[in-house]
Parts: sequence; C-alpha cells; structure tokens
Amino acid sequence: MSFFTHFGKYLLMLKGMFSRPENARLYWKEFMHQCVEIGVGSLGIVSIISVFMGAVSAVQTAYQLVSPLISKSTIAQIVRDTVILEFAPTLVCIVLAGVVGSKIASELGNMRVSEQIDALEIMGIKTKTYLILPKVVAALIMIPLLVVIAMALGIWGGRLAGVASGIIDGYTYDRGLKEFFDPYTIKFALTKSYVFAFIISSVPAFYGYFVKGGALEIGRASTKAVVVSCILILLFDYILSALLLPT
Amino acid sequence: MIEVKNIQKSFDSKIIIQDVSAVMKAGQCNLIIGASGSGKTVLMKCMVGLFDPDHGSILYGGHDFTAMEGRDKTEIRKEIGMLFQGSALFDSLNVEQNIMFPLSMFTDWTYKKKLDRVNEVLNRVNLPDVNRKFPAELSGGMKKRVALARAIVLNPKYLFCDEPNSGLDPQTSLVIDKLIKEITVEYNITTVINTHDMNSVMEIGNYILYMYKGNKEWEGTNQEIIFSKNQRLNDFIFASEFLQDAKDMRMLEQKGKIADDRNMDELLK
Repeated sequence: MSFFTHFGKYLLMLKGMFSRPENARLYWKEFMHQCVEIGVGSLGIVSIISVFMGAVSAVQTAYQLVSPLISKSTIAQIVRDTVILEFAPTLVCIVLAGVVGSKIASELGNMRVSEQIDALEIMGIKTKTYLILPKVVAALIMIPLLVVIAMALGIWGGRLAGVASGIIDGYTYDRGLKEFFDPYTIKFALTKSYVFAFIISSVPAFYGYFVKGGALEIGRASTKAVVVSCILILLFDYILSALLLPT
Repeated sequence: MIEVKNIQKSFDSKIIIQDVSAVMKAGQCNLIIGASGSGKTVLMKCMVGLFDPDHGSILYGGHDFTAMEGRDKTEIRKEIGMLFQGSALFDSLNVEQNIMFPLSMFTDWTYKKKLDRVNEVLNRVNLPDVNRKFPAELSGGMKKRVALARAIVLNPKYLFCDEPNSGLDPQTSLVIDKLIKEITVEYNITTVINTHDMNSVMEIGNYILYMYKGNKEWEGTNQEIIFSKNQRLNDFIFASEFLQDAKDMRMLEQKGKIADDRNMDELLK
C-alpha cells in the first residue's frame, strides 16, 4: 500500500474515534485504566532515565567548560535548558514510544488476530472509540505529566552528580537554575510533549488495529509502530523547534 | 428469520462469494458447510456486518441490515450473539467479567442483577464455579462454553457460531452441539453455524447450505442430505469409507429396513 493509502486510513481511524459512547461509565473506566497503564506503568523507567540524563549532562557540561572566565553556575543553566528543551520531552518520549507504543500495538494486534475486536463490533460497540480514544486521551494527559516529572528529576540528577563529584556546590547550582530562566521553555516543552503523546498513542494504535495475520505480524506491527513513532517524533521535534523557538 | 438475498463479495476484484441466497428460520440450526476456501466464513462475516457485500441484501426479521447505518445497525447488532472459532474471550477479564461485559455496556442493571444473569447463563452452559477463572486457565471446551454464555447473555434473536467444534474432541463437540441445539429451541433463536463437522451436520442441521467455490451448490435438511444425488456434496460429506458406510446404514435405517436393535444385530452378523 502506498503512503497516501496508509495516511488516509490513519485519518479515517482518527475520525472513527469520535462517536457517542454506548456507556460513558465503561468508557471512563477504560480511560482510567489506560491512565494507570501509560502513566504509572512508565513512571519507573522515566524516573531512572531522567536522573541519569541530568547527571550525565552536568558532568559533560563541566568537562567542556574549561575557561575560568565562565561561572560555575553556567553548568546549572545549561543542564536546566537542555533538560527542559530537549532531554525531557524528546528523549523521554522516544523511550515512551518503545514502552507505551509497542504495548498499544501488540495489545490491539492481539485483540484483532484473536477476533476480540470482531466480537466487540458484533456486540454493537464502536471499537475505534472504545479501544483507541481512551488510549489517546490518556496519553495526552499522562505523557506531559511524565515529561514535567522528567524535567524535575533531570535537573535534580544534575545537582546530585555535580555535588557528588565536586564539580559544583549545591548553592551555586541552585543559584544557576534561577539565572536567565525563560518560562517559555516550559511552554515549548509541553507543546512538544502533547504532539509526541499524540504520535506515541495514535501511530501504534493504527498499526495494531489494522494488523492482519498471526503472532509474527503482531511482532512486525509492534516494531514498525515504534520505528515510525520515533522517526515522527524526531521530525516533529525539528519542525516545532524551527517554528516555535525565536532565533 | 434471516434472509440472504443474492449476496456477492469480492476482495481485490477476486469474487469470493457469488449470488448466494438462503432463508434461515427461527428455532432452527442453520448450517453453512463447504470445503476450506469455499466462502462460508466470508458469507457469515457479511451476515453479521463485519464485511460489506458488493451487492445483495441481508434481512433480519424483514429489515434490510445491509442498507442500515449508524444507530439502526447497532440496534440489530445488539440482537446478535456470536461464538467465534477461537472463542474471542477478553484475555484481561475473568469469566464473570467477560460474560458481564455486554450487560454492563448495554443495560443499567445493578451489579446483583447482572451477577444473577451471569450465573444463570453459566449454569445453562453447565459451567458453574468458574466465575473467577481467566480464559488462559480454561480448556478449549470450557472457553467455547463461556463464549456461548457471553453470546446468549443478552437474549439474542440471532446466534452465529463459527466452527464451534474446531479443536475439540468428539465428546466435547457433542456437548457443544447439544447445547447450541437446546438453546436454539429453548429461546427460539435463529442459529447459523459454520462447520466442517459432519456429526453436527447429521445431528443438528435443520437446514444445510452447501457452498462450493463461492456458490450455493445445495440446500436441504439433514434428512435430505442422505439421499442427495449431488456428486460434489457427496464427495465432500462422505469423503471417507467410514462416512460412506455410515451413510449407507442411515439410508437403510431411513428406509425402515432396520426396524430395531435385534434387526441391526442380525444385519451386522
């Protein structure tokens, strides 16, 4: 199938998500379940990655800042801005594309192959609304929250590594965090995280929902979903940076 | 009653079923039989609305299902129960939750009332005390019975069974056939069964539709099938010598030559 056929099918799937729920209470239950799966389920890996990326960022920035004319507090500024602008939204979302994306694709793929989606259709349930919409909405709410947590943990990780290795003392680091802080960077990071959250949930849902075949095809769909999501995240990272960051 | 009128379905310009018509009555087991690739699953999927036919119509109680859109179609679908080949139970839900799912989705009953109904249908399929088990903990036959319980929990008017006996031993197949037959008569359901199982054909086939290469080749009852002169049908149904012998015996029986067990013993000598 050509790119346009796939894209058209993807748009029709998105359109199909928006219909009146048969039973709002069950949809709410499914939405809450997805919030737990996507949000709480990914919290561990997001926390670990965030702390280490902040720590590595602090150590490597200190390694490159060799001039005595540059204040040590600059390390904190650089860690803060790189974590907020790039590491927390982009790196975390790429990891989430693997963790959440593959789960969504394989879950829906398995439901398709084992005829569970057909069973729901025959019951009269709008499967795109019941199965995909709660995942997309849950991702749109939980992933930006995870990104905010990643920002805080990343900055804290930088402080931890900086103090532990004697690169910078805690007071200077905290002072550096407040220097030249532009709140727009937070807005920009959150905008990116919403776009990435939509990609992470809808693209794997597309590959999983329309899978044909057996176990092998579910695996392939899952891999493809992660690869395409990662590429789209990087592409939109560039587009959003070019459009939204004043240069 | 379900009426199938001149249904045609093709995929990528390859015609899979062509001009098939049939009338399937309530309170009967209507069987669709045919070799693999003959189009019987596609016909069933057209009937339940999973595929849209190229042309032709499917009438449920006189209402044209193929011409319906949105809410009307959903209303008909609520009257349909389906037993899938692989059972299609929701892996993440236990037996009770699986069967309760359609009730939670389409009724505003209290939990107590829903639970009573779940236990009622579980007892009906002879599966008490499995409420808390997950599909992975059940045998093939038990899964089929749970799926049957889920299919009938909303008291459907129409029951579709896609190869209900596949992967089951002969004894369990008999149990499933008997259950489907009993439920069909008890609730006056229009049951459509897609099967390869010749025992089902002979035992519960009130109406049999034989498909050959996407066309309706033969239709009749399980009494008439014995005397059919259709070569393709005979080649398909009585493929083995054992089945051919069984057919001969049944023909003798039908013609009254075997009056009782004593006569049968004499014949066997």
